[in-house]
Amino acid sequence: MGRVVVEVMPKPEILDPQGKAVVGALPRLGFTQFTSVRQGKRFELEVEGDVTPEVLAAAQEAASTVLSNPVIEDVVRVADAVTDSSDIVTTAPSQGLA
Amino acid sequence: MTTPTSLATARVGVVTFPGTLDDRDAARAVRLAGGEPVSLWHADADLHGVDAVVLPGGFSYGDYLRAGAISRFAPVMESLVDAANGGLPVLGICNGFQVLTEAHLLPGSMIKNDHLHFVCREQVLVVENAETVWTRDFTAGQRITVPLKNQDGQFVADDRTLDELEAEGRVVFRYDGQNPNGSRRGIAGISNAAGNVVGLMPHPEHAVEAGFGPAAEAGPRAGTDGLALFTSVLGVLVHA
Repeated sequence: MGRVVVEVMPKPEILDPQGKAVVGALPRLGFTQFTSVRQGKRFELEVEGDVTPEVLAAAQEAASTVLSNPVIEDVVRVADAVTDSSDIVTTAPSQGLA
Repeated sequence: MTTPTSLATARVGVVTFPGTLDDRDAARAVRLAGGEPVSLWHADADLHGVDAVVLPGGFSYGDYLRAGAISRFAPVMESLVDAANGGLPVLGICNGFQVLTEAHLLPGSMIKNDHLHFVCREQVLVVENAETVWTRDFTAGQRITVPLKNQDGQFVADDRTLDELEAEGRVVFRYDGQNPNGSRRGIAGISNAAGNVVGLMPHPEHAVEAGFGPAAEAGPRAGTDGLALFTSVLGVLVHA
């Protein structure tokens, strides 16, 4: 059984309210060295058999069409969770109008 | 002059997704405006020949993944996207607005309110565009009061998109006074280029009957400012 990891982050230019709340809480616990926090999402997609290039391509498509919204988020990682060798870093263009 | 009888022939679909909350209120608003509400089910691709569609508020699919993201792929949405691109009047309220942005019928997206809290208040809006099929019974610049209740209500889009929306008169509603959620340029509702698809975060369907609406000059809970969205579209349909 193979597993693909997909990671999605809010776009840099989008204010991340959740990250902002977290960075506000950290100093109260003594973590004063962290100046910024951004919170994203990690998906783990399981498949029967190995993670082939076709599986990765399908995961890539799912990542850009369903798992992320290109208006507010970037897909930053699509990779085989085990080998971690076939990293695809996407630089999805900012999509303004639908 | 239209008669109540001819208005009643206009059929307005109201879609229910798993987790939709305000479908009955939306149906009631359609009825109070003089139309016939028709229940549409998310898993049924058939629009049942309705003349317009309302996507009501709530938390479809628990807002999992992103608000409105999973609903976008419901069978009813495939039919609705085609129909909307063909000119069918569609109104998305709150979660329905989020579904419309996820379905790419409207630009931009909604993220968590900038202050992270759920907001529930009576909100004054400025009607910026009184020419869409959903706002023609208002006048431009009119101030209306309807409830606002959401957590992911902050409208965001890039500056180019925002400039286009402003230039083309597609900002339909703007928050009056203090911005309640950090929405870009105080935008509360927008339309597509053709003006048949409108989405807004506040809830006009909760301000349609005296005694059950927001506070108004006529007294507490007397506000019915939201009704004009529904009479607007019914007027268009009858005269079409």
